[in-house]
Amino acid sequence: MGSLGIMIGTWLAGFLTLAILSFLYKDNPFYKLAEHVYVGVSAGYWLIYVAFFDVEPMLVETFMTETGLERWILLVPAALGVIMLSRWFPKIAWLSRWPIAFTVGVGAGLGITANIQGYVVPQLQATLLPMTGFNLVSLNNLVLVVGVVTTILYFYFSKPHKGVLGWAAKVGIVFIMISFGASFGYTLMARISLLIGRLYFLFSDLLHVID
Amino acid sequence: MVRFFGADRTARVHPLTVVLILGVLTLSGGDAFAQGDPSAEGGPPLPIACAVSAEDAPEDGGGSILVTWELTDPGGREDEILGFDVLRYAPGEEPASIGEVPATDTEYTDSNTEDGTSYQYVVRTRTPFGHTDSEPSPAAVSSAQWFAKSRLGVLVIAALFCGAVLFYIQRAKKGGELFIREIPGLEAVDDAVGRATEMGRPVLFVPGIELVTEVGTLAALTILGHVAKRVARHGTPLHVPCADPIVMATAQEIVKASYAEVGRPDEYDPSRVAYLTYDQFGYTAGVNGMMLRDRPEAVFLIGTFYAESLILAETGHSIGAIQIAGTKETSQLPFFVAACDYTLIGEELFAASSYLSREPVMLGSLKGQDLTKLWIVYVIILAVVVGTVGYMVSADGGSALTKIFEFVKSWFN
Repeated sequence: MGSLGIMIGTWLAGFLTLAILSFLYKDNPFYKLAEHVYVGVSAGYWLIYVAFFDVEPMLVETFMTETGLERWILLVPAALGVIMLSRWFPKIAWLSRWPIAFTVGVGAGLGITANIQGYVVPQLQATLLPMTGFNLVSLNNLVLVVGVVTTILYFYFSKPHKGVLGWAAKVGIVFIMISFGASFGYTLMARISLLIGRLYFLFSDLLHVID
Repeated sequence: MVRFFGADRTARVHPLTVVLILGVLTLSGGDAFAQGDPSAEGGPPLPIACAVSAEDAPEDGGGSILVTWELTDPGGREDEILGFDVLRYAPGEEPASIGEVPATDTEYTDSNTEDGTSYQYVVRTRTPFGHTDSEPSPAAVSSAQWFAKSRLGVLVIAALFCGAVLFYIQRAKKGGELFIREIPGLEAVDDAVGRATEMGRPVLFVPGIELVTEVGTLAALTILGHVAKRVARHGTPLHVPCADPIVMATAQEIVKASYAEVGRPDEYDPSRVAYLTYDQFGYTAGVNGMMLRDRPEAVFLIGTFYAESLILAETGHSIGAIQIAGTKETSQLPFFVAACDYTLIGEELFAASSYLSREPVMLGSLKGQDLTKLWIVYVIILAVVVGTVGYMVSADGGSALTKIFEFVKSWFN
């Protein structure tokens, strides 16, 4: 039964892979089938995942095991979750804006500290590179400092891009596009490795053409 | 010379004494050296972990003690060490191992302590010939600290940033004129909606795959409000597939409010702002299907995107739709730049949402961010100039200017 189950699973995965890849030709019933199965199954999967890996351990079990403030504070997210369901009742649907506002506010607040600590300060520190003489290290430092400063100035919105600011912004967009080119090539290679992985599955696990 | 357990117990004894002691122990079948004595296994003496110290882990929320140690008198045999075991005990307890540390490390953070309880630590040095325990460390107690001094730089920048934002928000609320330059791509929004109306085809707005707590999603939802107003005026269908239920609920509220604002609340259809799935590629497959079957004339890919960005943008390109994209994810921007007609790059996304809404809070935030950017540019230029001049004056880095530069740099650590 075990091997039969594995065989059926492999053939099903192979069929769905080919059905999704058939999209490269054009939209067709096989792609539609695979798409709807994928969307439906993944929606169901996430429903179960949230119920058993978020709500149950983080809310229900924690409420049962914790004591004191750690226990009763959990009533706040529980209440916000219940209030969210008020959307189903038009007369009190406005209540659902409270948990939304709470979520948005927390997200924005956390984002400020996280971005300053995680991006702004390290980037600022890493850009403080002096020129120590006429050598390649100094040239490298100069390019880096000019790149960072002009890129920041490209994203300065309080003045029109004219004059000195205009020139700095133009240099900045050149740096941005060069980095995009490098990023494009790098990511493309990663995607090709994903394709190779899927083709390997088809030719190895499904067709046994290669070991 | 024979080493016993503990550095302070190391003693020089006469070889005859050793022979006598070993003989007595052998006759008595004793296993006093069963754990760790190298001589019992015929191996050479061991390096000993000693001078173990333990202190409350600095600048944390409590529950951690930092244990450090150094080898004394290893005799150049550090390479023989296989690793260290850290043992902990509280008063009245037996030492128990709480972690293993590679031979290259000399510190361990015990992140499982109870604040207010006194702990002592023993470090066990492991070698191929056995192990040796250190003397117990002094007692240490963990506690939480109110301030992390090493993050003073973050606090100052956050305070300056928030101060600038609040200042400009107040200014905007009082009616002050806040200039924001035109953002390329925004003018195309009206053109795209107009073209969809002329062609009698719908508009598709994809708000990304992240949660509503993501700033990229928040910016996308603001732009959605602007697009929804344009769409409502023209009577063009608007589809908004969502990957998160809260994003869907928020998007429904925004689209509903937009339709009401332009006087067409009856034309709002909540089923067009729908939830698909939170699964990344399940969502991508669903949106692709919508593009192929509904054939929207205008596609907005605005929000937080990851690996699905190129798949979505390529599908939109293949159906001939005018595409306007925007994301803060720098790794995905190249794909949008390559496959879309207009792209809001990084912070242009946030600026666009402020530009379109013209709300004092958002305008003030943008102006505050701009001021912070200028400060950062000034700091970089000034510090680099000072550092460079310092190195020109004294190539060995000994000048006062170099010291000022190093101080500024270390301040942002």
